[in-house]
Amino acid sequence: MRWGKVVAFAAGLAPLLYLVWRGFQQQLGANPIEFITHATGDWTLRFLVLTLAVTPLRKILGRPELAQYRRMIGLFAFFYGCLHLMTYVWLDKFFDVADIWKDVSKRRFITMGMLSMVVMIPLAVTSTAGWIGRMGGRRWRLLHQLVYVSAAAGCIHYYWLVKSDVRLPVVYGAITILLLTWRVVYSRR
Amino acid sequence: MIIRVEKGLRYSDVTPRADYVNRRRFLAGTIGLGSVAWAGAKLPGVTKSRLSTDEKMTPYQDVTTYNNYYEFGTAKDQPAVNAAAFRTSPWTVRIEGEVAKPQVLDLDAVMKMAPLEERIYRHRCVEAWSMVVPWIGFPLAALIQKMAPTSKAKYVAFETFFDSKQMPRAQYGGLPFPYVEGLRMDEAMHPLTLLCVGLYGETLPNQNGAPLRLVVPWKYGFKGIKSIARIRFTEKAPPTTWNLANAGEYGFYSNVNPGVDHPRWTQSKERRIGEFFKRDTLMFNGYGDQVAGLYAGMDLRKNF
Repeated sequence: MRWGKVVAFAAGLAPLLYLVWRGFQQQLGANPIEFITHATGDWTLRFLVLTLAVTPLRKILGRPELAQYRRMIGLFAFFYGCLHLMTYVWLDKFFDVADIWKDVSKRRFITMGMLSMVVMIPLAVTSTAGWIGRMGGRRWRLLHQLVYVSAAAGCIHYYWLVKSDVRLPVVYGAITILLLTWRVVYSRR
Repeated sequence: MIIRVEKGLRYSDVTPRADYVNRRRFLAGTIGLGSVAWAGAKLPGVTKSRLSTDEKMTPYQDVTTYNNYYEFGTAKDQPAVNAAAFRTSPWTVRIEGEVAKPQVLDLDAVMKMAPLEERIYRHRCVEAWSMVVPWIGFPLAALIQKMAPTSKAKYVAFETFFDSKQMPRAQYGGLPFPYVEGLRMDEAMHPLTLLCVGLYGETLPNQNGAPLRLVVPWKYGFKGIKSIARIRFTEKAPPTTWNLANAGEYGFYSNVNPGVDHPRWTQSKERRIGEFFKRDTLMFNGYGDQVAGLYAGMDLRKNF
């Protein structure tokens, strides 16, 4: 199982390494900053959806050991989210705080993206075993239900951002709804 | 009307010809035989225009691989791939509506209507990126004058060729097709408005709107309709595709205006393709001296 985690960690880093490699190969297209923004955003959402899939998969497949990977997957979602946010703050806005605030308050897709990101912060901070102990399992689980908010906000962020081709955001949204619905149905049984 | 000319025209900072020619050979190798005859053929007898900017041109590679042409896919790199086999020959343009002689023009006839000029224009997309492109064409006014529109003609409507067999990805675009656009008659007659048949010295690549497109440099790029199959003179303002899809975000005029934000992003700045830092967007994309008079007395916040 140790090796399983090493492999999972490497897999989580692979998208970033691939992005860096493409950058060195000058393969980021005509608008590299846009490319990086899209790639980091895509991977944030993929890891968020994957985190939500761990519990259903664990129960459906009868593989309790999958739970061990949940924290790492969630932290990778946070990691790519940070890269995504950094790309925006640095390469798109060049740390212009007033301009960023205008964006966040005025543009609903950015408000949603920020919500998705901000909500992940306490989850990342309290992801250690020490924090679970300090908070107690019940309160910790309650807090970590915020991941549902983060995933939903992430999907809406994407949906509101695209101009007219909504296929991908709809797919992410549908998977998220499916995974959340499973939880509702499962908890009622 | 006084047309002010930008001074100090130079042909400096041009992409070395060898660079883009190599790229073209590579592309030609991947394109079906049928279209090679048209796409990328050198256009002879092109004169330079005093209306060109002397800014650094965006490399051929970027101009031809970063395109919005939703009939061939909604990602920027898709049209270059998916439009490769698009048939642009034979090509006709139907002229109709409020016009003395409705007719169907062969592309060759259109190309012979006026001498071809190279116009190096700034190109500003509504998505807040920009390029500098050496287009080739002639003023749309030359065609309009030859077609002799009637006194009822107040607008010009354009329609893109549409064929769902050749454009299977159009169904995912989220837009109604065929793509339509329009200009007010005085905008259409303006000397800057270009009926475009080429770029970088050659006929238009398919992904850039071959064989015939519109270039209106003071408006957002989506006004520059591609692969024109129909031109109609009308009395009333014609529908335009992005306005039909989302009227709150895309107006009929769509003049470049840093003071009127798109609801979902700021229009005050833009990223010039190839540059790291953003630059300020200019009113009317920097063509205000020439075109501001067209909109005198209009509230451009309402008529965005």
